[in-house]
Amino acid sequence: MTTTHKSTIDRREFVAALVKSCPDALIVAGLGSSTYDLFAAGDRPQNFYLWGAMGGAAGIGLGLALAQPEKSVVVLTGDGEQLMGLGTLATIGAQQPANLTIVVLDNGHFGETGMQHSHTSLGTDLVAVSKACAIGNSHQIADSSGLKDITAAIAQPKQTSLFQVMVKADEVPRALPIRDGVHIKNRFRESIGLAPL
Amino acid sequence: MTTSDTSVAAWKEDIFNVLKAGNIRQVTYVPDAGHAHVIQRAQDDPDMQTVVLTTEEEGVAINTGAWLGGQRSVLLMQSSGVGNCINMFSLLNSCRIPFLTLVTMRGEYAEFNPWQTPMSKATESCLTMMGFRVLRVTDPDEVQDVVDAALASAFEAGEQVAVLISQRLIGRKKWNKD
Repeated sequence: MTTTHKSTIDRREFVAALVKSCPDALIVAGLGSSTYDLFAAGDRPQNFYLWGAMGGAAGIGLGLALAQPEKSVVVLTGDGEQLMGLGTLATIGAQQPANLTIVVLDNGHFGETGMQHSHTSLGTDLVAVSKACAIGNSHQIADSSGLKDITAAIAQPKQTSLFQVMVKADEVPRALPIRDGVHIKNRFRESIGLAPL
Repeated sequence: MTTSDTSVAAWKEDIFNVLKAGNIRQVTYVPDAGHAHVIQRAQDDPDMQTVVLTTEEEGVAINTGAWLGGQRSVLLMQSSGVGNCINMFSLLNSCRIPFLTLVTMRGEYAEFNPWQTPMSKATESCLTMMGFRVLRVTDPDEVQDVVDAALASAFEAGEQVAVLISQRLIGRKKWNKD
């Protein structure tokens, strides 16, 4: 079964506007297109780019949100990456970190590997899964007018949120950030006043 | 039904005290009877956040996030959980994340359940292959010192360290008929 995937949003434009609207947010990006989108929006030390660890983005965001409760933490990832870490939504639902916002850029496909259909275009309702995992503030964003809802959640976080952003399944040019994990880590920590070992 | 040894042995309290003195702030876990006391003590401690996981690899990710945010953490799991983590361990290596895990062993000593034995035989080699320093405790009197040393290697030298807690130390799992 292939469901109709309501996708009108240009991912690069959407992510650029999102990052511009939350300059202080700490952002963890899932591997693949999400990491490229975040870098294309402008490199910043408060970005933690993943080049691997598929399924781990939301977990990293959770640990970070618990450690930095005064900062707004955003996980920016794709449908395939989040599907691999679906259980983490239950773990996050059990913790309810108010300062954590998960933004899933959902094109319904595995973009890095030949655009095979993912589960979100084969029947899985990610917002329903998220709500069932006790993340009550879970919404689908079908057009770019919904950006303001995400921006508001990140700027004044009051509860754990998840937004499923329906992006077009376009091939976009790759924009490749630094790949040295130790450098990405130290640069990120330095941006919030933490020294290396 | 099964009964498990969740009793409060002194070595279990030693583990909690080492974690507390070492400023561990996040305790991620998939439960095990051998970890039950430390989990309970952490849940009762206002300076510690306990995070129950659906699978152990989540703990690798969460503990990485904790370090990015400036907090020390520990992952508590059974030996079977090590197998669930293997690819996610790459994250620790790629980013050189200080990381501590305490692993209760199943399937290696007076084990009743044959389904536990394959992963128990592979646990230490899996960790070693993924770059971990692996320590083991069997004698209750060495637990405090070894866990403390592991914590130092993780958070002072920046290593990925696992302490395997021998099934011989934990004790036999008792299987009773109803």
